[in-house]
Amino acid sequence: MDLGGINPAILIASLMVASVPIILAALGELVVEKAGVLNLGVEGMMIMGAICGFATAVATGNPYLGFLGGALGAACLSLVFAVLTQFFLANQVATGLALTLFGLGLSSLIGQSYVGIKPPLTGTVPLGPLADIPFFGPVLFDHDWMVYLSIFACGAVWAVLKYTRMGLVLRAVGESHDAAHALGYKVVRIRVLAILFGGALAGLGGAYISLIRVPQWTDGITAGAGWIALAIVVFASWKPWRILLGAYLFGGITVLQLNLQAAGARIPVEYLSMSPYLITILVLVIMSSGKGKAALNAPASLGQNFHASR
Amino acid sequence: MTGSSKELLAVEGVTKAYPGVVANSDVSFSIAEGEVHALLGENGAGKSTLVKMIYGLVKPDSGQMRFRGQPYHPTEPKAARASGVAMVFQHFSLFEALSVAENVALGMENPPPMRELAGRIKSVSEAYGLPLDPGRMVGDLSAGERQRVEIIRCLLQNPKLLIMDEPTSVLTPQEVDILFTTLRKLASEGTAILYISHKLEEIRALCNEATILRRGKVVATCTPRDRSAREMAELMVGATLTPPARAALPRGDTALEVTGLSVNSPIPFGMSLKDVNFRVARGEVLGIAGVAGNGQDELLLALSGELRTDPGAVKIDGKPMGATGPNARRAAGLVAAPEERLGHAAAPDMSLVENALLSGVVRKALVKNGFIDWAATGRFAAEIVKDFDVRTPGTHVAARALSGGNLQKFVVGRELSQSPAVIVINQPTWGVDAAAAASIRQAILDRAAEGAAVVVISQDLDELLEIADNFAALNTGRLTKPRPVEGLTIDEIGLMMGGAHGMEVAHVGH
Repeated sequence: MDLGGINPAILIASLMVASVPIILAALGELVVEKAGVLNLGVEGMMIMGAICGFATAVATGNPYLGFLGGALGAACLSLVFAVLTQFFLANQVATGLALTLFGLGLSSLIGQSYVGIKPPLTGTVPLGPLADIPFFGPVLFDHDWMVYLSIFACGAVWAVLKYTRMGLVLRAVGESHDAAHALGYKVVRIRVLAILFGGALAGLGGAYISLIRVPQWTDGITAGAGWIALAIVVFASWKPWRILLGAYLFGGITVLQLNLQAAGARIPVEYLSMSPYLITILVLVIMSSGKGKAALNAPASLGQNFHASR
Repeated sequence: MTGSSKELLAVEGVTKAYPGVVANSDVSFSIAEGEVHALLGENGAGKSTLVKMIYGLVKPDSGQMRFRGQPYHPTEPKAARASGVAMVFQHFSLFEALSVAENVALGMENPPPMRELAGRIKSVSEAYGLPLDPGRMVGDLSAGERQRVEIIRCLLQNPKLLIMDEPTSVLTPQEVDILFTTLRKLASEGTAILYISHKLEEIRALCNEATILRRGKVVATCTPRDRSAREMAELMVGATLTPPARAALPRGDTALEVTGLSVNSPIPFGMSLKDVNFRVARGEVLGIAGVAGNGQDELLLALSGELRTDPGAVKIDGKPMGATGPNARRAAGLVAAPEERLGHAAAPDMSLVENALLSGVVRKALVKNGFIDWAATGRFAAEIVKDFDVRTPGTHVAARALSGGNLQKFVVGRELSQSPAVIVINQPTWGVDAAAAASIRQAILDRAAEGAAVVVISQDLDELLEIADNFAALNTGRLTKPRPVEGLTIDEIGLMMGGAHGMEVAHVGH
């Protein structure tokens, strides 16, 4: 089955791979925003994860340690954001933007000696005969372990937010930090932990790009994936499963545009690359129209700094 | 009354200072088991700081507390809850986007699984006559229902001491009765209640003992039943109060007429106005009551011109003004003072002079040929400060720097000083101490005597009964027919405000 030179099985399989970094980064940001913090530094944290992961993997020869290194590197960068916004009460939007610019610069500095090196390979998960099933085999059962991890992470975040006390407290802090403080919850501590978690997941997503998806190091390798992740959180209206849906949709568009280009389609690719952002703007417009806000369940304290004396 | 006189909580010589202000200075009092103890005082007298120390939110600088004979020094609310202290907050403790059950779980130390918790919420809430559906979103509940959530959250922990911070400010009189029945039942079961309020009649009806605070110090203790409300008020204020004097006035022509006013609320979770009708004559004061969130803010917006409607819906001196904006209405003689002082009535970072200009520019002609007449504006601001006893270092300071009560005097004074024909005020004395409140009320009555038509929207029934000639209530965006205040009973007022909103009296036992 060919659609103008595009094989659907390969298209779906490659869109699943293409969306892994976005899913991970968006899930991390979702947890951060559920705690009431708006961290616009996702792009910067992702690219720090990409270079730290790449460097660790090259140095140790172990891709798994590479992912760990990526997560740690990005978490360290997010700690800067946490300290500035939670302790010094810096404006979250400005700090987040600065974090992105800082991350882009720092990663390019660290990455100078890594250009042109090949990282150690990450293998696919051996699922035996399952991978040989026609169509479903290549689509579902022939991926590296990060693809499965990203889907599992969606389920885990959803279950924790919905069913555990930890999730309830996190949502409560994002909903009204004053009320949470009055009941004796440690607002700042919870938010710092959420920011670190978000940083680690963004780092994992970044490391996935430099270790598996591309795999090599070039400056600016994340190419706006962090911004798409931010957009998807809003598009998904802060619901983990919709992140998966949104990431596959947006990831699909990225893959489709490459394939369409290869297939020589008439649609200018610029329209396709614009579309995720257009959809996000639409969602934002609906969201800001009075009742839509509650329906989209944005955390009520999102982006507001908290100080115990007020 | 109390059955047992076993001491539950003793506070001895507690002091807490913040930079620049001593919130509590050497405060001592004690509560026995089963006692309903009132904590009385004006805004800023230190009541909130005191209960926050008992609940572990604030640490005292010095002094001792004993709970059931043991030294008691809670470092956080968790520790206080573990000892058996529960608190119903005035503000800030519910999460609108979470369900009732989730809200309750957040206030408990070891909540049972959600399904079991939902069952317990149902059974306890029905036992105390406060029915609640655990699955509903708190954002969709009325003010009275929200308070039930807070109370149930406390009751589920079987508290020994229940602290209530101004619990009745959002309730109709009928709801207050039901709340009191519930509290008396709790007290008879041995729970001590620390009750903060400045509604003195309520305290006389409910409380066994009272401790009165003024400027952070205990100035008196008394048995509320043996004192009159007037005596207690004077203990709180430390001065003799003179109730506003009102002369019987001849009514003039109708100055403000509202017919069939319906408008959608621009506020999220707001209340739309539905077919509001009333008229106010010159010299008349119309009081509009209602539980918060029943359309008060929207009514003020529609009258001030911030919300526009059909031209005929709002008539000032017979001229249709419904479609015009605030400045055209000011020119026609209508001035308005909204409830929210910072950000609505006054621009927080601008000076008092600039704030005086913002609303006075039309009626006081403070702009000449497109240029601001700063000299005249400065005189206008200084005049307001002097006439309304605004305590400020000068008219150059930012509005934000004034205390709530002083800023309130300023913004109300600014409107009243523009020789208006129609005055609309929402919550004229919100957060203002008793002496200043009395002077604001007197100023309103003086303007009415000079021939202004006045609409006062307030949640303080005593205030309305004191100054209004006619009385109406807003309930879910509809206004009842105005009735003369003379001869109105509290019961009738309660029914006008919407009755008890589906509450019922507590059953026996649980």
